[in-house]
Amino acid sequence: MTIGLTHYLAVAAILFTIGVLGIFVNRKNIIVILMSIELILLAVNINLVAFSVYLHDVVGQIFAMFVLTVAAAEAAVGLAILVTFFRNRGDIAVDDASMMKG
Amino acid sequence: MTFQDALQLARPEVFLAASTLVLLVWGAFRGDKAMGEVSIGASLALFVAAGFAAVSPEGTAFAGGFIADGASSFGKVAIYLISPVAIYLGDRWLVRVGNGRFEFPILILLAALGMGMMVSAGDLISLYIGVELQSLALYVLAAFRRDDVKASEAGLKYFVLGALSSGLLLYGSSLIYGFAGSTHFDLIAKSIEGGAAGTGVLFGLVFLICGLAFKVSAAPFHMWTPDVYEGAPTPVVGFFAAAPKLAAMLLLARVLSEGFGAALEQWRQIIVVAAFLSVAVGAFGGLAQSNIKRLLAYSSIANIGYALIGLSAGSAEGMEAVLVFMVLYMIDVTGFFACLGALSRDGKPMEQLSDFAGLARVRPGMALALTALSFSVMGLPPFSGFWAKMFVFKAAIASGQWALAAVLLLGSVVAAFYYLRLIKTMWFDTAPGQTDKEPLDAKGVAIASALFCFPVVLPALAVLEPLAKTAALAFGLK
Repeated sequence: MTIGLTHYLAVAAILFTIGVLGIFVNRKNIIVILMSIELILLAVNINLVAFSVYLHDVVGQIFAMFVLTVAAAEAAVGLAILVTFFRNRGDIAVDDASMMKG
Repeated sequence: MTFQDALQLARPEVFLAASTLVLLVWGAFRGDKAMGEVSIGASLALFVAAGFAAVSPEGTAFAGGFIADGASSFGKVAIYLISPVAIYLGDRWLVRVGNGRFEFPILILLAALGMGMMVSAGDLISLYIGVELQSLALYVLAAFRRDDVKASEAGLKYFVLGALSSGLLLYGSSLIYGFAGSTHFDLIAKSIEGGAAGTGVLFGLVFLICGLAFKVSAAPFHMWTPDVYEGAPTPVVGFFAAAPKLAAMLLLARVLSEGFGAALEQWRQIIVVAAFLSVAVGAFGGLAQSNIKRLLAYSSIANIGYALIGLSAGSAEGMEAVLVFMVLYMIDVTGFFACLGALSRDGKPMEQLSDFAGLARVRPGMALALTALSFSVMGLPPFSGFWAKMFVFKAAIASGQWALAAVLLLGSVVAAFYYLRLIKTMWFDTAPGQTDKEPLDAKGVAIASALFCFPVVLPALAVLEPLAKTAALAFGLK
């Protein structure tokens, strides 16, 4: 069996779904949500690189580089906000983020 | 096109980026006592960038990734002129609550730069970079009062849901890239017209629209809005509700018309559903709210629904309606949040509906301004909100979207209840006591926007309408 484009797309789709479910189903810890966000972005990267190879077009790989860079910045901002939240509440359980109903 | 020409086209953004860095270093050297200076510098930089955008030449630069045309100039001038108002309000407000730090104007500048990129994006990569530059700055702004429990919770919620929406947007972009073979809007359009792109591209388009719907807080992706509006600092929310919404709407309009003009019938269905749900959620969700900031969150969801109705017309007239609507709404909502930032009782900000009881007797000026702004958002003639809705209504009728035009009217009627309730509370209930003296800056902005709602809007529309018309033609729809 040769590994073709569809296999890569399937793996990326599965990772993406796990990431989205990780955000909504997870009721424990906000760090897990940050990990799920990373998982979503990496699933996108698999997609981009697979398409890039398939299309013989380098733009997809450039896009993946941008995504990686922005993902790093996003994680930094997310962790910083999480630290202020922890300082105010002393806990980072998901159920604690419920001062405002919603 | 030489590199020089490309820089010429991107001059507003290049200038903003350079001034942001200079001001950041300046602030880092001088510390928080430099907040006033940095704020003034940031406002001046935004005014200059608005001037550059107004006289910008047209064309595409950086291999098609950056577009300068009528629509981008229109959006940039509006964004770069409303951002200094946010800096002015926020700067004074944060100093009053003892949280004045020089990063605030810098973050607004970065967000404005991101929005400038968004309205100029001609490529999925520059779209993503613009959206992220704006969003990352806004996450931090939401949590700017870092010793405040509610603000940090609002920042956290905004971050998690915003990051999720960026993920959806990116996943959609990757599918579009793969199935259409390019990230350029015009090449995507070619591949759709040629029939080479199939369901894969449409699948990607759905994800892309979902991601952008998050950013404009259209239902069913609105759930972050009430919480973030309630928790984030009031002048910051005023900024959230104004400029980023305009930028994201313009971006949505550009992607849909330039990249997916040939798939109009497909994306129109999605936009129609989102518009209908937004109006319904905004109108009915607001009925149960007693917190004014949450109420305004639902009001903004409903108003985004009205703007989406204009977008779903899929015509140049519809785009013009979206532009006029968003600009008028932006001024309304800035005035609203300026009022909220100005009013306090015993040092506590007035946020509950009951706090506003009898305001007309204690603070007649503010009550009058709030009443005019409420009438305007409600859509009562001859206030600006009426004209805004009028444009959308006409565009919807002209494109045969009768059902949506009816939804617009019904939504406005239902939503009128909560604005009227606010007006009744202010004018007819008995006041529980004196309120604090309102600060001049916020009061000034509130009264200026109330005056804009009526009567300044009448001459302003005569200028705004032709500008929006030329801007809307840039999208290439009929």
